[in-house]
Amino acid sequence: MTTVTSGRLLDAHRLRADFPILRRTVRGGRPLVYLDSGATSQKPRQVIAAMSQYYEQHNAAVHRGAHQLAEEATDAYESARESAAAFIGADSNDVVFTKNATEALNLVAYAFSNGGGKPFALGPADTVVVTEMEHHANLIPWQELCRRTGAQLRWLPVTDDGRLDLSDLDRIVDDSVAVLAFTHQSNVLGTINPTEELIARARQVGALVVLDACQSIPHQPFDVSEVAADFVAFSGHKMLGPTGIGVLWGRAELLEQMPPFLTGGSMIETVQMDHATYAPPPKRFEAGTPPVAEAVGLAAAIDYLLGVGMAQVHAHELDLTRGALDGLSELPGVRIIGPSDTAERGGAISFAVDGVHPHDVGQVLDDLGIAVRVGHHCAWPLMRRYQVQATTRATFYLYNTPEDVDALITGVREVQRFFGVA
Amino acid sequence: MNLESLYQEIILDHYRNPHRSGLREPFDAEVHHVNPVCGDEVTLRVRLDGNTVEDVSYAAQGCSISQASTSVMTDLVVGRTLAEALETGEEFLRLMKGAAQPDEERLEDAVAFTGVAKYPARVKCALLGWMAFKDAAARAVVGEGQDG
Repeated sequence: MTTVTSGRLLDAHRLRADFPILRRTVRGGRPLVYLDSGATSQKPRQVIAAMSQYYEQHNAAVHRGAHQLAEEATDAYESARESAAAFIGADSNDVVFTKNATEALNLVAYAFSNGGGKPFALGPADTVVVTEMEHHANLIPWQELCRRTGAQLRWLPVTDDGRLDLSDLDRIVDDSVAVLAFTHQSNVLGTINPTEELIARARQVGALVVLDACQSIPHQPFDVSEVAADFVAFSGHKMLGPTGIGVLWGRAELLEQMPPFLTGGSMIETVQMDHATYAPPPKRFEAGTPPVAEAVGLAAAIDYLLGVGMAQVHAHELDLTRGALDGLSELPGVRIIGPSDTAERGGAISFAVDGVHPHDVGQVLDDLGIAVRVGHHCAWPLMRRYQVQATTRATFYLYNTPEDVDALITGVREVQRFFGVA
Repeated sequence: MNLESLYQEIILDHYRNPHRSGLREPFDAEVHHVNPVCGDEVTLRVRLDGNTVEDVSYAAQGCSISQASTSVMTDLVVGRTLAEALETGEEFLRLMKGAAQPDEERLEDAVAFTGVAKYPARVKCALLGWMAFKDAAARAVVGEGQDG
């Protein structure tokens, strides 16, 4: 790679040595070409080791117990919160650990129908706006919220080339809008959405902004003081961390007023037989025993990413994306679904191979050791918009190399040969 | 390469030239089935004549495995008694579960799908049309007609 961002290069070949799984073979001895990090990333040994060490040396219930292990476990969990907060330029009091990003988004959506006062009150006169390119995780919770409250659901459409169509922004996001929820980067199209313009419009009408940052935070520098949303959700497992942990960041004054979603132990202040009062954020939103080892793993993942540099990660992925877009567009009968250049774009590429169903594309690639995602990518409405039933999607991360991109292009050629369409 | 064992020539032939494709009238029941994992779908109609399956017609969108399997299925059920057709469906289900000795005489061309059982993600594709037929046949018998 020849990307120079801040004087350092990202050496993917060297980083790969940290990812044991990338050394294995699949389907009868084929080296693994992993192009499915948009679904879940692989984990470096540093993350795996941190989690093992937590279980081997420090495991205990957090925030209780009078013993040394409980202290160490609590310290590990709260340090992880500080790491996650620092990673996005936030205060650790404003960082809530959840099971995953889906739970983080539901936590906010449920706050609006859980008997909270303004701004967490929603009714038939209110509107929630999403976009046509949302992952189901940032669509269904809002559909359900509208069903429970009688609020109206609207969405911003997308253009043929995979961008948000903002020509009608002022009409769609009008004074009735209470919530604007949108994805920072599409998991299907790779499009990075114009946060500034969208958030400015939300501010004009007094709407709260919920940002699904699952596909952006793992891949580029991100700071909550620059992206002025009110809530930001992301998941650990897409950024080298383990499954079972996600993050919700919220503005302090909003979290303070927000009613809890899941209730039970750990999130209370005092409890009587017939009522209870709740702990301040973030604990108010962390009922039950939290995912401590997962938080420790996430913190190790963040350390790893910071060691590489997020600007370097982003630049590296753009190089790979450029190479893949160029290579795929040169193949007759292959159509990119999403932006065809790298402007405001991340490393997720969806494509269609004329005459071959994505499942069959994925099957042939799998036989060559290439792991891609096929299907509707939890974005069924977007598939309908582009009149496809499904797509094949390749996604890149810091451990992918130009050789991986070459393997993909060669693989797609083999798909066409096998099915006799080229 | 394992691909050839999965994509047998018979499967690719049915995929390119599906039998009995298209929706026809008259019919006794119509169902719509989807595979929520990948979005593949089939609308399928069944016409019974007494105890005999007189026609199966369908409109399907999906991968080669689901399309070919639906096509082969119609060959194996049309003109047979409903009981025979359903038994063949059960035998196909056993094949997809990796049964050691499938009844090749009963399954005919459907034996070509043996390789699918090795790819758990594709088993649902191969079963889409069969499950739709089973559902439609049950509705036709009780006279329910259309599904919701």
